[in-house]
Amino acid sequence: MANRFLVAPAPHVHGHLSTQRLMGDVIIALLPALIVSVRVFGWNVLAITAVSVASCVLLEFLVQKFLVKGPLTVNNLSAVLTGLLLAFNLPANIPLWIVVIGAVVAICVAKMPFGGLGKNLFNPALAARVFLLIAYPVQMTSFPTPTIEGFADAYSGATPLGAAKAGLVAFGEVDTVGMFTGAMGGSFGEISTLALLLGFAYLLMRRVITWHIPVSILGTMAAFAAIYAVATQGFGSVAWQMPLFHLLAGGAILGAVYMATDYVTSPMTRKGMLIYGVGIGAITMLIRLWGAYPEGMSFAILIMNSVVPLINKYVKPKRFGAR
Amino acid sequence: MKTFPIGGVHPSDNKQWSKGSAIEVMELPDVVSIPLAQHIGAPATAVVAKGDKVVTGQLIAEAAGFMSANIHAPISGTVTAVDMQPNGQGLRQMMITIKREGDEWAESIDRSTELVTECNLSSKEIIERIKAAGIVGMGGATFPTHVKLSIPEGKKAELLIINGVECEPYLTSDYRTMLERGQMLIVGTRILMRAIGVERAVIGVEANKPDAVKHLRSIVGDDKSIGVMMLKTQYPQGGEKQLIAAVMNREVPAPPALPIDVGAVVCNASTAVAVYEAVQKNKPLIERVVTVTGKSVKEPKNLLTRFGTPVSALVEKCGGLPEGDVRVLNGGPMMGRALCNVAMPVMKGCSGITIISGKEALRGEESACIKCAKCVEACPMGLEPYLLSKQARKRAWDAMESNDITSCIECGCCQFTCPANIPLLDYVRLGKQTVMGIIRARNAKK
Repeated sequence: MANRFLVAPAPHVHGHLSTQRLMGDVIIALLPALIVSVRVFGWNVLAITAVSVASCVLLEFLVQKFLVKGPLTVNNLSAVLTGLLLAFNLPANIPLWIVVIGAVVAICVAKMPFGGLGKNLFNPALAARVFLLIAYPVQMTSFPTPTIEGFADAYSGATPLGAAKAGLVAFGEVDTVGMFTGAMGGSFGEISTLALLLGFAYLLMRRVITWHIPVSILGTMAAFAAIYAVATQGFGSVAWQMPLFHLLAGGAILGAVYMATDYVTSPMTRKGMLIYGVGIGAITMLIRLWGAYPEGMSFAILIMNSVVPLINKYVKPKRFGAR
Repeated sequence: MKTFPIGGVHPSDNKQWSKGSAIEVMELPDVVSIPLAQHIGAPATAVVAKGDKVVTGQLIAEAAGFMSANIHAPISGTVTAVDMQPNGQGLRQMMITIKREGDEWAESIDRSTELVTECNLSSKEIIERIKAAGIVGMGGATFPTHVKLSIPEGKKAELLIINGVECEPYLTSDYRTMLERGQMLIVGTRILMRAIGVERAVIGVEANKPDAVKHLRSIVGDDKSIGVMMLKTQYPQGGEKQLIAAVMNREVPAPPALPIDVGAVVCNASTAVAVYEAVQKNKPLIERVVTVTGKSVKEPKNLLTRFGTPVSALVEKCGGLPEGDVRVLNGGPMMGRALCNVAMPVMKGCSGITIISGKEALRGEESACIKCAKCVEACPMGLEPYLLSKQARKRAWDAMESNDITSCIECGCCQFTCPANIPLLDYVRLGKQTVMGIIRARNAKK
């Protein structure tokens, strides 16, 4: 009987959690929203998603193989997730060549030059989205009309947020049910709050993320909107209609649940997560209410991404036994 | 159900392999090797020499100072050597080797099985007997029990906590002890309460051992001074500080603070039984229950084993080592130490031999940290393992000290949970040892 005695320090067992599993769970959580988007905007949603995911994976593989010459880690699914999130942040009628440029920015600018997975400062998908927004403003902001019935025609070609910014919306008349289920204009991944929340529930159940970042972002946004509504229009039904509108419109849910919670670019402690979330919520509302863009979620997340190293340095968990 | 306040993980408990096996008495070994360092503190000093005849229970090595413990002959026979021999990690250390001749016990030991509940000794007398018997913490930390029970001037014990948590996966020696030796355990608990002068004791047991809770409660009966508390199953509940927090809702501050600073004294369940035997039966610590277990172990058992019995004999008794790659652990899989040498003798702190084989015995491949913060969430001490391990790699000892590295209890939750398979605790442990060395050197200079 030839035994090989393996010797290593404790612990000698592992919890079987893996990077691949965590990334896979986020991908699963995004699927309901993808299905809703296909239903609302048609099959080109799938084409954009496929091009985005394939470009991200291929680019990461090429960079690792020929430029970095390090170990190949594309099988950890992180490039797949980046591709999926990038696609979710694009309008459903975007030309496919722009999608490829987005993938190049995400992988070859925002992610790999910093050292690859785990080292990037900014969320790659968001960095790419903001680049595209600035470089191709027309293509990035002409949203197709959803192809299902029941959608208010007044918004065609614009998002609810865009309409609100232009002063076209009375909050009392907004079809909040439609916004909740996905009947609104916008980047194709952000439209269905219901589907995105379903994914959120899955992520919480699988303990992939905690509630801290999404809830602090959305809570801050709601509080901000409520105060603004009361300050500008006095007490009344607008005090709840406006916060609700801002939570359902634009990329609030997609950003809060899926983009801001990106492990690499968010804080390590719960206290830090709350600070980060409040910051994102506040900056988003500042841009939405007073900025030049109708939507501020992507900018807010990127700005707070840059603060994360500082938060990690100064915000420590409560040590056991500390008073 | 109560538990500790922060962190923790939920490994599969894998106690099913051995929990149903009643305690069996292990055959006496023909030769034993007894290490002189079986406890925290100074190694004991041998008081026998080659050629001496000894009887079971006879003192063979004396505590070298206060922070040390006596060692007794676990079998009767002739001392054949007092020399350096390799231990389970392959390092050489001083051991006394005895060749067995029969099983003749020291006359002072009461070997009857009758339960003696009456104890009218003073605190000092009890501690004296515990010290004489060489009792150390049997949960694995092997801290000399008489030192723990000697409450420092100005401090006051409020509560005795008996640690029946056994949160290490696989191990069932405390569980079987609570079930089969519960009467002795409860008497031992009363003796310990007397020793430290407290009115109340709590026996903490995790929820995965409901029958042990029920059994102990039935023994305690109407006695309001001893409570049996069922705790939520979560590793590392059996950590001293975690258990105190779970039971008393008080947190022991960072080192050098001790449990007594929050009024707690914690003793392991098997230690309480040993205290009973020492005080009531005059029997020194010469044997203990050892769980031999693992998924691929043919017949997992709980064996009442004399110290010095080689691990290989226990493994043979349970069906031998499985084929191929194995990790043989002295202890459980979370905090146990891997052996490279199964000739290692069973010692006072050896609660189990866990055998992990095949693919599970190998570490997963390390990949990049994705900053998922799972380690921060899992740390029961509120530390940042990802940061500490990074700093250890950079040898940033000062930074590690200011990030409270010395609070680390080396429970392994961080590494257990890490999705990137980073050997976090390897680095953290290295850093902790180095920083503690630096602190010791600094204090010595003052």
